[in-house]
Amino acid sequence: MDETRLKERVAALLSEHDPAGDRLEFLRARFDAGLAWVWFPEGLGGLGLGRDLQQLVEHELAHTPQLDVGVQGIGLGMAAPTILAFGTPEQRRRFLRPLWTGEEIWCQLFSEPGAGSDLATLATRAVRDGGEWVVDGQKVWTSGAHHARWAILVTRTDPDVPKHRGMTYFICDMHAPGVEVRPLRQITGEAEFNEVFLTGVRLSDDLRLGEVGDGWRVAQTTLMNERVAIGGAPVRRGGGMLGPVLSTWRERPELRTHDLHQRLLSLWVEAEVTRLSGARLREQLAAGQPGPEGSGMKLSFARLNQVLSGLEVELDRDLGYDDWTFRRSDTVDFYGRGPGYRYLRAKGNSIEGGTSEILRNIISERVLGLPSEPRIDKDVPWKDLPR
Amino acid sequence: MTLLYTEVEEELRAAVRGLLADRCPPAAVLKRAESDPYDLGLWKTLAGEIGVAGLLIPEEHGGAGASASEVAVVLEELGRGVAPVPFFTSSVLATRALIQAGAGDLLERLADGSATAALVVSFAASSYQPLRGGSVRVADGGERLSGTVTGVAGADVADLLLVPVDGGLYAVQGAEVRVVPSLDLTRPVATVTLDDAAATRLGDVDLAQVLLFGAGLLASEQYGVAQWCLDTTVAYVKERHQFARPVGSFQAIKHRLADLWLDVVRAKAAARNAAAEASEASEASAAVSAAVAQAWNAGVAVRVAEEALQLHGGIGMTWEHPLHLYLKRAKASEIALGTPGDHREALASLADVPGPEGGQQ
Repeated sequence: MDETRLKERVAALLSEHDPAGDRLEFLRARFDAGLAWVWFPEGLGGLGLGRDLQQLVEHELAHTPQLDVGVQGIGLGMAAPTILAFGTPEQRRRFLRPLWTGEEIWCQLFSEPGAGSDLATLATRAVRDGGEWVVDGQKVWTSGAHHARWAILVTRTDPDVPKHRGMTYFICDMHAPGVEVRPLRQITGEAEFNEVFLTGVRLSDDLRLGEVGDGWRVAQTTLMNERVAIGGAPVRRGGGMLGPVLSTWRERPELRTHDLHQRLLSLWVEAEVTRLSGARLREQLAAGQPGPEGSGMKLSFARLNQVLSGLEVELDRDLGYDDWTFRRSDTVDFYGRGPGYRYLRAKGNSIEGGTSEILRNIISERVLGLPSEPRIDKDVPWKDLPR
Repeated sequence: MTLLYTEVEEELRAAVRGLLADRCPPAAVLKRAESDPYDLGLWKTLAGEIGVAGLLIPEEHGGAGASASEVAVVLEELGRGVAPVPFFTSSVLATRALIQAGAGDLLERLADGSATAALVVSFAASSYQPLRGGSVRVADGGERLSGTVTGVAGADVADLLLVPVDGGLYAVQGAEVRVVPSLDLTRPVATVTLDDAAATRLGDVDLAQVLLFGAGLLASEQYGVAQWCLDTTVAYVKERHQFARPVGSFQAIKHRLADLWLDVVRAKAAARNAAAEASEASEASAAVSAAVAQAWNAGVAVRVAEEALQLHGGIGMTWEHPLHLYLKRAKASEIALGTPGDHREALASLADVPGPEGGQQ
């Protein structure tokens, strides 16, 4: 389908459904018209087109009801591509539409207190009981668990084989008995994440995503999409974390020093070349030649956010902090609130979604082809690993 | 505007890379570095047969009328090979000056590679300080030039010396060119002395603009230098064993290389952007892009070359290994056409990030 026909389709949607009317009704109609994510297959909110054509749709529908990408981020960026890749036709039909419209919010049950960078060592057990699975364990760093209707969940189903082989991936019903969500307070004072305790949670086998024992491969799809989502957003020149620093710099000349000036100029250059690298990466993606640069974007983004927000606190010379109140935040905003908040929140950027150390391993092994460190955990049954 | 490579550019790259692999691998460059650094036989093939000398020259003067992005790809390859040919000095800097001056006859001689030119300006000058290292004045109503310019690159192999003075571009006869021992063995510099030398005024030249154009493109050569150093080091640490393992399997080494890779990836994007804007964009936008590319790429080339040396261990410190040619090229290029610090200072006003003085006004 070419651009003209896509535009006609958008026009047809707009003529049949009033974008100023009921928000949900409009979003459902947009999904059914295949204009949700055009690169998805027909019948699942898409038209089987190139991903680059989505821009056109977004442009044409910019004045219509929009998704809440903050709250829906995990569903859209991580759950949806995984369901598309590994879901049964039944699962795709059941879950993708309300996921996209935002009627159902998703969260991610991956990390555990004992399994962070080494996610494959996770210990949450799922044991088959007839047509159901019984899940017991503890997950952590779960954003949005308190709004979520569903979760993507990785569990251990076979402790007797090496760790990468004994995992199974599920869709978890967050309303099921035995699911308990507790806020996890961060160094910023607020609770953006949760701990989730799973005690005797019963999940029907039709909530399993992928084969039994294939959970690691399914989880890789989710994680690659997470890194693209975190590091891949377009930024304008002088945008991102540079934005608030430059505003203060320009508006309050009395705060400027020579030392800060030198450092800020270096960071301005680094932010600009990082932005250009991201623009180049998106051009490659649009041309259908995804490059390895993607793995580097999150690494650069974490460093820049941390150094720039640190510089901003120093520039401000303000010993205060906007608000330590313990409260839940609905969405994540790296650039919101005051400089102190931004500084503290940015510390998480090199930990969440793959630590910077793990990303360096990925770059050095998958991009540069360097050998892995000798490992002692690859051929040992999970139950015999030291922990 | 695109930051990717076009098919034409990839073909040009393949032709240049093939020729260099065949005629001047790094070991061959090293071998001639102390006696006769420039390979003029190679230059003749590159300039004439592959046609790189005329890339920037308009078609009406016998050139290819190509964009700066194509020139940039040639520079990437020449950087990768520390190739001892006067492409940057003749086909970029001198050519740009001749185009500004409207010297069609001379451009025709450069276009097919039958003549080579050099701009008599210190390689340590920049668009911000274009007269650094030079003191030439006009006498006899514009017929004679006198003065000295230090640190001139490419003058020793040039048939034609072009001297910019007071907004004019002059072709001179009878200049003394004395090559000095140079940090960069593959692009040595010379002191050019004009003692009442006969001069012909060719036209007007905006020297700062020529040097800015060169600075933006030099970033592509620096990217090429950095990419070679990274590739060579990655290959080496896969082969080199210590403690019964490839040294490239140690996380301490892998993480350093991952960080360097990220620096080089961004250098490529910065170089592509500077080249694209040099051809298309407004002057203000080109000035930002060139300054960004120089501020970043000059440092990256030096950092990757230094790390390459360290990660090669003892062999990297020997004369026998060609790595030092790259380190010397990288360090000399860091100074050429403005240091990273000069370019960052320029960005203070170009990008509206004024210093403390700006605040007191």
